[in-house]
Amino acid sequence: MAYGGLGVAESKPADYPARRVAPVVLKALEGASPTKLAVASLSFYYGRFRALKDISLDIPEKRVTALIGPSGCGKTTLLRVFNRMYDLVPKARAEGSVRLDGMEVTETTRLLELRQKVGMVFQRPSPFPLSIYDNVAFAPRLLGWGRSRVAEAVETAIKDAALWDEVNDRLKDPAASLSGGQQQRLSIARCLAVKPEVILMDEPCSALDPVATLKIEDLIDRLARQYTIVIVTHNMQQAARVADFTAFMLMDTEERYGQLIEFAPTTDLFNKPTDPRTEGYITGRFG
Amino acid sequence: MNRNLYRQASNGLARVFVYGTALVALIPLGLVLAYTVLKGLPSVEHVEFFINSFRPIGIPGGGVAHAVAGTVIMVGIASLLAVPVGILGGVYLVEYGRGRGGDLIRLAGDVLVGAPSIAIGLFAYALLVAPFHHFSGISAAVALAVLMLPVVIRTTEGAIELIPGSLREAGLALGLARWRVALQLIVPAAAPGIVTGALLAVARAAGETAPLLFTAFGNQILNLDPSKPMAALPLLVFNYARQPYPQAQQQAWGAALVLVVLVLITNLTSRFVFRRQIALAGKL
Repeated sequence: MAYGGLGVAESKPADYPARRVAPVVLKALEGASPTKLAVASLSFYYGRFRALKDISLDIPEKRVTALIGPSGCGKTTLLRVFNRMYDLVPKARAEGSVRLDGMEVTETTRLLELRQKVGMVFQRPSPFPLSIYDNVAFAPRLLGWGRSRVAEAVETAIKDAALWDEVNDRLKDPAASLSGGQQQRLSIARCLAVKPEVILMDEPCSALDPVATLKIEDLIDRLARQYTIVIVTHNMQQAARVADFTAFMLMDTEERYGQLIEFAPTTDLFNKPTDPRTEGYITGRFG
Repeated sequence: MNRNLYRQASNGLARVFVYGTALVALIPLGLVLAYTVLKGLPSVEHVEFFINSFRPIGIPGGGVAHAVAGTVIMVGIASLLAVPVGILGGVYLVEYGRGRGGDLIRLAGDVLVGAPSIAIGLFAYALLVAPFHHFSGISAAVALAVLMLPVVIRTTEGAIELIPGSLREAGLALGLARWRVALQLIVPAAAPGIVTGALLAVARAAGETAPLLFTAFGNQILNLDPSKPMAALPLLVFNYARQPYPQAQQQAWGAALVLVVLVLITNLTSRFVFRRQIALAGKL
């Protein structure tokens, strides 16, 4: 019972099997993995407001890293730095360094290449108003891939997103006809179709019921062998179930910037947190 | 108990007032429609009315075919000019026009919507009639396009703003260029709303008389060549209604009815299309 005494296991909904705990522990013990995203002294500003202060962490390759913390602590902001989604916000800017392989994310002008490498899955499923097939084929087609290459990429992506068996006989149906959980897996398939290396997930299960959540978590587990996954979650149990590493973030009470409190293998973070604030959060004393 | 009674009474009074004013607002529309139908029907009953063109007074069988053709051709050319430019303008306003440049264009659009249509007709006259020394359907189409442009721009902007931002983000997150996301994802998703705007603009242009007075000028024979003077339904109504002959006045009523029905159909179509947009936006 890795999480005994933390008050975590007891509060799990019945639909979540405890079996997930074991592979997570094993994976974390597999040893060090090379760094995929190196974040160093990162600060982030919305205009004059500092939203993130001095964040440094190394996100390992082909592992699942969870960002947890109470609302407003900057988890999503940090996630959106990794694919420069903040470019949409006027006057938003990042200081410091985020390196993806050889590329400086905060300064690169090769935005499209960056976003192809770093895919994103959003909180709410966001199907395009197109058919299931066309949703996944949309980006590959616009990227100018040939017909057969597109077809192959679409099929592989839908299979990898564990959706193929449910939709292969109705690929021409509108994506809006799928259930919420299926739509979210379709969003993941759409993201996989352009062959990313990193997948960012912004609370991918918060709009889903427990059964659909379980399917997504299974999927994350499987995808982690091929992709580097960074997942923002409100749900500590989810972090414990899916993540190899967990970063705990907290908002500074005075200046309201988000900061990184602790970053460690998930088992360590939950079992022997080094910072009292981490312990306070995971034992449910605040947040 | 007393207070309850007072509330009920004041509520009833307010209701009567609101319904009453709504009814008053509907009266002009009802009268215009009823009167046009009543006066126009005798003309429209004859098939020749739609087949023939002008006949001199005293010779029966005059029709409005030349005016219908002129209106369709000129409004068609105006749409080809105004709709693509207007859609791109609307896309610009949403996607890139958040700063001062966008505000300037919005202001210009609002001013243009309010500009007297006769002034726009004069502009087209100075630009395309005076230098060539003859009236033309083209010059009228340009005047109408200028009228349509701000309507298309603003309704496109409104339709695109109905599309949730999450769709744009999802497209950009796939590594697609911003203009591609805008034109190949957002615009198709907003298509029903955009079509609505274009149809409203078409309906407005089809009913305009003033911009045609010294551009299209009018024509008594069926002319399909837009480089020459052309007839148009509103122009025909304007010209025939001023004549002292009952035959011409009767044809003016008939032409007015045809015009009203055309504009009504366009408006109703745009309503229908817009409903689909709202249903679609709800699903995103």
